[in-house]
Amino acid sequence: MANLLQEIVKDQLRTDVPEFGVGDTVRVSVRVVEGERERLQDFEGIVIRRRAGGINENFTVRRIGAHGIGVERTFLLHSPRVETIKLVRRGKVRRAKLYYLRNLSGKAARIKERRY
Amino acid sequence: MTIHGLLGRKLGMTTVFSERGEAIPVTVIEAGPNHVLNIRTKDRDGYEAVQIGFGDTNPRKLTKPVLGQMKGAGVAVRYMREMSADDVSEHNVGDTLDVDLFNADDLVDVTGTSKGKGFAGVMKRHGFKGGKRTHGQSDRMRAPGSLGAGTTPGKVWKGKRMAGRMGNDRKTIQRLRVVRIDGERHLLLIKGSVPGAKNGLVYVRRTVKPKK
Repeated sequence: MANLLQEIVKDQLRTDVPEFGVGDTVRVSVRVVEGERERLQDFEGIVIRRRAGGINENFTVRRIGAHGIGVERTFLLHSPRVETIKLVRRGKVRRAKLYYLRNLSGKAARIKERRY
Repeated sequence: MTIHGLLGRKLGMTTVFSERGEAIPVTVIEAGPNHVLNIRTKDRDGYEAVQIGFGDTNPRKLTKPVLGQMKGAGVAVRYMREMSADDVSEHNVGDTLDVDLFNADDLVDVTGTSKGKGFAGVMKRHGFKGGKRTHGQSDRMRAPGSLGAGTTPGKVWKGKRMAGRMGNDRKTIQRLRVVRIDGERHLLLIKGSVPGAKNGLVYVRRTVKPKK
């Protein structure tokens, strides 16, 4: 019956997801609801994990915010609140989860670009 | 809406998004088509109810007495249960009841048989806190603690919560909201979790607590 469950949510899956993975830099535009008003907010950073599947698939973006403080946000890949996901830069990494970045700062926290 | 609910089968849980973009956890229940098998009336049975059936089955697997109960409706069903109704005279034997009994945003109570947990300790079964983990403790981490006072009363009170069999009980969750209805596939999407395992029989009833 798992198939039926997938079918129920099928039309809610987004089809415009760019191919991106862990280590890539992405810009995510999120709809922010403030009372009655809605606006778009961008969040750009390195994807440090991508997990789960189906409608619950999600990914976490890490960015160094003001005063060098790391900020991480997790987005539901298929949420309608996520307006667009733009691939900015591909990264070359050898891990599926980049949790080690949390312990690094400055130059050490850079990721090499992947080139073809 | 006169019958108070339907029988269904729990299919599992998933997520749907609301118009505002919120992710809503939902349980998917295949409810209906339910068949009206018999009507219990005050005159004949001393109480009023509608006997409904749900689920396909092979008629050869049923005994003749059971099949006789279903004869009026001309179907063979796996589950046969009684459901109360506002007015049983609105239902006739052979009628089919569908998920359109409910509307989106209705509040429902869902009854099912919870998953069996086997012989469970007091922490899992009753939410006890267990013992200290440090300060020289040994074998106390999940222990129940004191069972009561000493010489007076000189016994353990009846009903003292202890370890034992947990789960596999009939449980009802009240006031769950119907998020969406799929009449074509006989599906109810209900916000939140529902007792029981996948493929388990559940009763979906109009709530007994419509207002808070």
